[in-house]
Amino acid sequence: MKILICISNVPDTTTKIRFVDDNTKFDTNGVQWIINPWDELALTRALQLKESSGGAVEKVSVITVGSKSVEPTIRKALAIGADDAIRVNAESEDAYEVANLIADAVKDEGYDIIIAGIESSDYNGSAVGGMVAEFLGLPSVSAVSSLDIENGEVVVKREIDGGSEVMTSQLPFVAIVQKGIALEPRIPSMRGIMMARKKPLNVIEPAEVAPMTEYVSYELPPAKAACKMIDPENVKELVVLLHTEAKVI
Amino acid sequence: MSVLVYTENWDGKFKKLSFELVSYAHEIAKMLGTSTIALSIGNVEEDELKKLGDYGAEKILKVEDNRVKNLVNSAYTSVIAQTAEKEDATVIVLSNNNSGKALAPRISVRLKAGLASGVAALPSSTDPFVVKKKAFTGKAFANVKINSNMKVLTLFQNSFGIIESGGSSEIEAFTPELSDNDFRTEVKEISKVTGKVLLTDAEIVISGGRGLKSAENWGPIEELAELLGGATACSRPVSDEGWRPHSEHTGQTGKIIAPNLYIAAGISGAIQHLAGVSSSKFIVAINTDKDAPIFEAADYGVIGDAQKVLPALIEAVKEFKAEA
Ligand SMILES: Cc1cc2nc3c(=O)[nH]c(=O)nc-3n(C[C@H](O)[C@H](O)[C@H](O)COP(=O)(O)OP(=O)(O)OC[C@H]3O[C@@H](n4cnc5c(N)ncnc54)[C@H](O)[C@@H]3O)c2cc1C
Ligand SMILES: Cc1cc2nc3c(=O)[nH]c(=O)nc-3n(C[C@H](O)[C@H](O)[C@H](O)COP(=O)(O)OP(=O)(O)OC[C@H]3O[C@@H](n4cnc5c(N)ncnc54)[C@H](O)[C@@H]3O)c2cc1C
Repeated sequence: MKILICISNVPDTTTKIRFVDDNTKFDTNGVQWIINPWDELALTRALQLKESSGGAVEKVSVITVGSKSVEPTIRKALAIGADDAIRVNAESEDAYEVANLIADAVKDEGYDIIIAGIESSDYNGSAVGGMVAEFLGLPSVSAVSSLDIENGEVVVKREIDGGSEVMTSQLPFVAIVQKGIALEPRIPSMRGIMMARKKPLNVIEPAEVAPMTEYVSYELPPAKAACKMIDPENVKELVVLLHTEAKVI
Repeated sequence: MSVLVYTENWDGKFKKLSFELVSYAHEIAKMLGTSTIALSIGNVEEDELKKLGDYGAEKILKVEDNRVKNLVNSAYTSVIAQTAEKEDATVIVLSNNNSGKALAPRISVRLKAGLASGVAALPSSTDPFVVKKKAFTGKAFANVKINSNMKVLTLFQNSFGIIESGGSSEIEAFTPELSDNDFRTEVKEISKVTGKVLLTDAEIVISGGRGLKSAENWGPIEELAELLGGATACSRPVSDEGWRPHSEHTGQTGKIIAPNLYIAAGISGAIQHLAGVSSSKFIVAINTDKDAPIFEAADYGVIGDAQKVLPALIEAVKEFKAEA
């Protein structure tokens, strides 16, 4: 079995979001880039499966669509333990295009399980995983919070409103994962970092695809009015304000 | 031409979110000078279906096929794509909830339709089609232009509101063409809690953080939630510690919610926590530290010990209710 994780390169979760050029561009100045948290957990889970499967999982690969500048992120994925990596050399701003490029790059590679995160923390598309599945004509399960291989069959748990469902899927399939898929992301070891330098990172030059969407401008949420302080000895006032001013109770 | 809206049901019932979706779709239909068609998959009684008409659905397509009782991404995509083609839909609206996130990207590719997810307002223009969406996990908005003729939008819950338009609607049964290929996944087991207000539906959420110190101290949080008809939530360390179930964890890596009122007790207001709750209409912070960042995000603040403030608040709410 071969597992592929789609990796998105995103700003660190503590990044202060600012825009430049008349609010038409995200200001990447000083931004620390990380692996999208879901993708890091997905990779961790895939490696656990590889280690516990007694050889059933032969290989864990990662793929990203991005320019050379995202290589530190993909090297980190190799350092965490992925066996090899693919980078599609395109600076795309459109999920449709990203998914199309991923599908083209892997359609003949025979991956049994393709994993994507439920949402990137920057553009919040919640798009690439489902789109890759559709481009490849594969079944998909979204909101997956656990993934196991039992007697050669994949068993996943999917979160639904107020509960969860246990599901199986024929292979190959696409899992779109969220909280729960692994508890903590694995940290690269010194040895992992050394080995990552020698692992294969294949760069693919993409075909031209026309973007479906364009980001034209950005806005920050309106500034909040100062917080109204309420005397802890007089919380009755809070109830009154919530009723008469906020009108929420 | 038409605007198609997929209205999910929960055990045969719609929710506020369904009516918000129809209201939103109907406003877009008005901008485009076309009609609003709602699609319902699964078994829903006629009376319930008719409710969609109150919010602007002129036609309601119902698909009652036992094979699509549970969400199957490929099969649902086929149903939605087939109805979109039949009704010549130019805009397809879904919720930005779990099922919308599962389906919208597949529909986008199936119909070669550009997708904007987590939209939070009506399009600012329809030609070109530009719409505002959430980005950077609650920290910003982006205006996205969709170039394709057909468009798929997922609406961020509680960002638009409900508009009653009181029209009449017709119900039409639709039989989709589904193949074995649409059914390569299978649901084996379902577990669900019932009778509780779901965190993602709740208009009022009472949430506790590490400042509450231990699992035993959650009594007042639960009591206040019950009193106000709300749901309970928590910060990540709290669910990591096992004080509360993982389903209550809100924030960047948990649930993203937008209630009318969010009360945060003993939560410092880390940026990753705020990412999940900053869309709340009003935030109340209860914290012993006057410099806690939560006060920057809050509308109302109480500096004090949550173990004392929460019980006092419960009493005050009870008094208020008795007077009202
Ligand atoms: C205005 C703008 C500017 C951008 N600039 C750059 C840039 O300078 N450099 C750059 O590299 N990218 C850039 N991007 C691309 C961006 O990071 C995303 O890859 C793409 O827009 C999809 O985002 P999404 O929010 O729809 O992803 P989602 O669909 O929310 O992501 C969900 C999952 O899909 C997978 N995924 C998402 N993106 C990728 C990817 N690129 N490769 C592999 N898997 C992926 C991951 O598993 C992720 O967890 C830009 C995007 C926009 C909109
Ligand atoms: C990649 C990443 C993702 C993350 N995702 C999330 C996420 O989704 N959700 C999330 O919540 N966190 C997330 N975090 C963690 C986040 O950074 C914070 O560590 C976390 O939110 C802190 O939780 P807290 O406010 O409960 O605890 P603390 O930060 O410890 O705050 C406790 C607060 O309680 C106050 N307090 C103490 N005693 C009392 C009392 N008696 N009465 C009232 N107040 C009191 C203190 O003054 C303090 O402000 C993430 C972190 C990372 C790195």
